[in-house]
Amino acid sequence: MANTFELISSVTVGAGGAASIDFTSIPSTYTDLVLELSTRDSVAAIASACSIAFNGSTSSFTGLYLQGSGAGVATGSLARFIGNNDSASATASTFANISVYIPNYAGATNKSFSVDAVTENNATTSYTNLNAGLWSNTAAINQITLTPASGTFVQYSTAYLYGVKNV
Amino acid sequence: MASTYTPIATYTANGSQTSITFNSFSGYTDLVLISAGNSAAITAIIRFNGDTGTNYSRTIIRGNGSTADSVRQSNQDAITLDGSYSQPGQNFIVHIMNYSNSTTYKTTLQRSNNASAGLDQGVGLWRNTAAITSLEMRPAGATPWTSGTTFTLYGIKAA
Repeated sequence: MANTFELISSVTVGAGGAASIDFTSIPSTYTDLVLELSTRDSVAAIASACSIAFNGSTSSFTGLYLQGSGAGVATGSLARFIGNNDSASATASTFANISVYIPNYAGATNKSFSVDAVTENNATTSYTNLNAGLWSNTAAINQITLTPASGTFVQYSTAYLYGVKNV
Repeated sequence: MASTYTPIATYTANGSQTSITFNSFSGYTDLVLISAGNSAAITAIIRFNGDTGTNYSRTIIRGNGSTADSVRQSNQDAITLDGSYSQPGQNFIVHIMNYSNSTTYKTTLQRSNNASAGLDQGVGLWRNTAAITSLEMRPAGATPWTSGTTFTLYGIKAA
């Protein structure tokens, strides 16, 4: 059978929410990792940042973003930032889409990643992001942790972790 | 069952290569090229079917943490991938849709990411209706790829 995105693990947030979404014991048998997220958090805002950590570490991260809001374009640097979650003040039942591609996640080099993220909101402001991230650590990634800026991921948020093989 | 991301070929640079070329990728609908690594050059280029004529163009939106802008280039001799390959943590993702048809010009959808230097998203155009049968990637100039830089070409079938 030809290779596809192979599902490694998935999380669906239940009633009561989740302070974080964790993928642990990620095998090193793939070439690249792909995270596909549908997220909303409890922050009293239209949108708020979603952050990533690897192997339980929040150190040695750098990141740049290019963001459109419907009113303008901004660029800046923010470590661990992978785009915005739709938050409590956004249109009801609306969740952000975030896609993170991590090439060569188990190689003996620093770990770069690419992010495409969008929120939606039937009002003036929503966000679209292109982000570049780097974890300056040569260890293989075996754990991924996602956290909102504050509060919790709300019920029905989902996260899917896929592996892609180059052989 | 439709397939996604079937690996076609993969290379790991040894520090002396100034060009990586993929051939023999028939039978798919779209291609996806993934690379992670560096070179001493600042940018890299893509060419199709060995065409070095001024038959390429591109438009990008980019940000470097301080400035956001858009760039447009016509009549180029390659599709440029912006980046700062001399700084660590460079990766890029290039989608080449409908590459094997012999009716339309060929387009790319590309991302270039460097968490220190900048990122961009762009479109590239090769003004040729021929099916793409080879894909070359090289750093600008004669600068080699840094040892350990990886390149993988995936194919996607529509059915």
